[in-house]
Amino acid sequence: MKVNDIHEKLMAEFGDAVGPLTEPKIDPFAVVKGDRIVDISRFLKTTLGIELDHCNVISGVDWPKRNVIEVVYHLFSYRHRHGIVLKVEADRAKPVVPSVEGVWKTANWMERECYDLLGVEFTGHPDLRRILLPDDWEGYPLRKDYQEHGGYHGISNERENPLVELRRLDEKRKAERPPAAPAPQAAPPAPSTPVAPATPAKA
Amino acid sequence: MERLILRRVGKPEDEMLINFGPQHPSTHGVLNFLVETDGEVMKRAVPEIGYLHRALEKIGEAVSYPGFMPYTDRIDYVAAMFANEGYAIAVEKLLKLEVPPRAQWLRAISCELCRIASHLVAVGAMASDIGASTPLVHALRERETLNDLIEALCGARLTYNYHRIGGVAYDMPTGWRDRVLKYLDHFDTYIQEFDRLISFNAIYVKRLANVAVISKAAAIDYGLVGPNLRGSGMDWDVRRDAPYGAYPSFNFEVPVGRGFQGTIGDAYDRYFVRMLEMAQSSRITRQALETMPEGETMAKVPRKIKPEAGEALSRVESARGEMAYYVISDGTDKAYRVRARTGSFTAMSIIEDISPGLMVADLIALIASFDVVAPEIDR
Amino acid sequence: MASRDTMDAGIGGDILMSHTSQLDSLINLARLNSLHYLLFGLACCGIELMQTGGPRADLDRFGAVFRASPRQSDFMIVAGTLTYKMAERCKLLYDQMAEPKYVVSMGSCSNCGGLFQLAYSVCKGVDKIIPVDVYIPGCPPRPEALTEGFLRLQELVRRERWKDKTRPRVQPAAAPASRIA
Repeated sequence: MKVNDIHEKLMAEFGDAVGPLTEPKIDPFAVVKGDRIVDISRFLKTTLGIELDHCNVISGVDWPKRNVIEVVYHLFSYRHRHGIVLKVEADRAKPVVPSVEGVWKTANWMERECYDLLGVEFTGHPDLRRILLPDDWEGYPLRKDYQEHGGYHGISNERENPLVELRRLDEKRKAERPPAAPAPQAAPPAPSTPVAPATPAKA
Repeated sequence: MERLILRRVGKPEDEMLINFGPQHPSTHGVLNFLVETDGEVMKRAVPEIGYLHRALEKIGEAVSYPGFMPYTDRIDYVAAMFANEGYAIAVEKLLKLEVPPRAQWLRAISCELCRIASHLVAVGAMASDIGASTPLVHALRERETLNDLIEALCGARLTYNYHRIGGVAYDMPTGWRDRVLKYLDHFDTYIQEFDRLISFNAIYVKRLANVAVISKAAAIDYGLVGPNLRGSGMDWDVRRDAPYGAYPSFNFEVPVGRGFQGTIGDAYDRYFVRMLEMAQSSRITRQALETMPEGETMAKVPRKIKPEAGEALSRVESARGEMAYYVISDGTDKAYRVRARTGSFTAMSIIEDISPGLMVADLIALIASFDVVAPEIDR
Repeated sequence: MASRDTMDAGIGGDILMSHTSQLDSLINLARLNSLHYLLFGLACCGIELMQTGGPRADLDRFGAVFRASPRQSDFMIVAGTLTYKMAERCKLLYDQMAEPKYVVSMGSCSNCGGLFQLAYSVCKGVDKIIPVDVYIPGCPPRPEALTEGFLRLQELVRRERWKDKTRPRVQPAAAPASRIA
């Protein structure tokens, strides 16, 4: 079955909850209404002749210009070797999308990842919490306007340039040179007091 | 952590809660499991991942298209060729670029050599986890020779960065073809040696057969891919069934788990499918070397890669199963979004649901039989 | 601490000035030929670490055997990218090791964050967490490079004096003791 045929069947079943298929420039996709995604998924998985049993990828994409976060479902059928790409658009301020965990088990972790990195809330998800980042992480890093907030638990995210530090040590030693041999006190001080201009890592 | 434990498993009374990992030699990198056990039998093992989350998808949005290629190496460092290839194919799809045949053949050869190298680590580490330390040393010895071959081809041992958008970086060096053929002659006999060494060892078989059985339906539902899916009896290989690159030109079989020593879909099937796959990879490499076409190794690629706006998904059969790259372009020289779908991530998600009733030691066999690598889980 | 500091500061010639006694050299000889490392493969470098312990590079011939437990290890090879999530565990492992203990930072990622400067979740160098004795450049370093780094560590142990062998306890992450190389 071609993508168009699957899409026609979807249109016939769900009417205007399914948007038109885009131009097949590279990979075509259809935008569907968020609140029908579970029904649509179950339909696609169980209908004979379609049977999209393999949920390949669920990814989130942030579009600040359109003020939406898209959740993209790449679905595929092992038996019939066809597939379709569906997209659900959610409001960027408070993205909420129903969870398809009940349809494909693999959606469980993929939705958790999407929640972790983009902050999309999946209603009906049994265990929605951060998966990749620590539990107390702030912000959703894959959003386009994400700002790093300088390290984590007191670990700075800046890297001193070792050359600057070495030069500073050299100068210090030169200044201390006159009194005989190099004293063992010429040890590098703790970096908690950075004297040299530290060049921050490109963030 | 305590909050998590309490929320997930309630108040433990006569059960033990064991924290397993992230620093543990059997976790294949940095994985963490919260294991709730009653004696030796697990009530549940909850994987905690993310200890190697390196923000690769975010970096993909910040660097140029060719600039992301070295990063793809780090998505799967044991089999970096596939990560290269998947990304290259996705961008070529966006650019509507035709790759010259010789480059496609070289891609297939490098990938199959890499698959052997990766499976060697998989089966060696598996034996090592089960408690037989010798096979790992044998496997590493073979892997060193393979590393030499790949190093002669692309200059790196581990992170190859060999595939380019539009082709491959270098042609074969002089005499390389004979070296590979000579090695494959040795390798075909070596597989039998490895089989004699461990595959049919009574203890090894007992530790793996009928352990952690995953049915075909569950494997599909949880999105297992590659050898893990085929171990469960599903006859599916992206190379054969959704072909890309040079693969339609080659003859090869797709090994499927048949319950070699026990039930279909047990840990032994996943192990043995890998052993059989190595022989097939050797076969593909021979065919590719024989039928290698002449010509360019790089297509004409504009100096500044700027695909038109659109999106593409590429699928390749990596050593850990289907690897998919979903790349969105907005018409600039940087990708708008790069998403990597990896086999290990989905493989990990099934562990929580099949762990109840397994012994603690079987958890090790289970992780080893999935052949997960940490950066593929966390990316 | 004298030998360590002079070596850190990059003035190799001064090391000869800190002489060791005969007993020290005997003890050190025993110690440096049985340095056991903690198996701490974090990322890509972990595979090279594995192959260094494998048949060709064979770190075993210098008496270095891997241990799975920090309590049995003499030094820790931080092989790979250290994320913030892992950094706290790394510190914990370091604290569990018995004195005298050493740290080898293997690869660009654990040296300074390396390739992952742009990543929001990566700690820019393991020396922000724990003090490092030997840095090995490379992405990933070849087994030969790791062997060289190990030989450097042996040199460091050879020159150590008994009274300097323990180092002050590292303060918690608020003020991580670090040295530059």
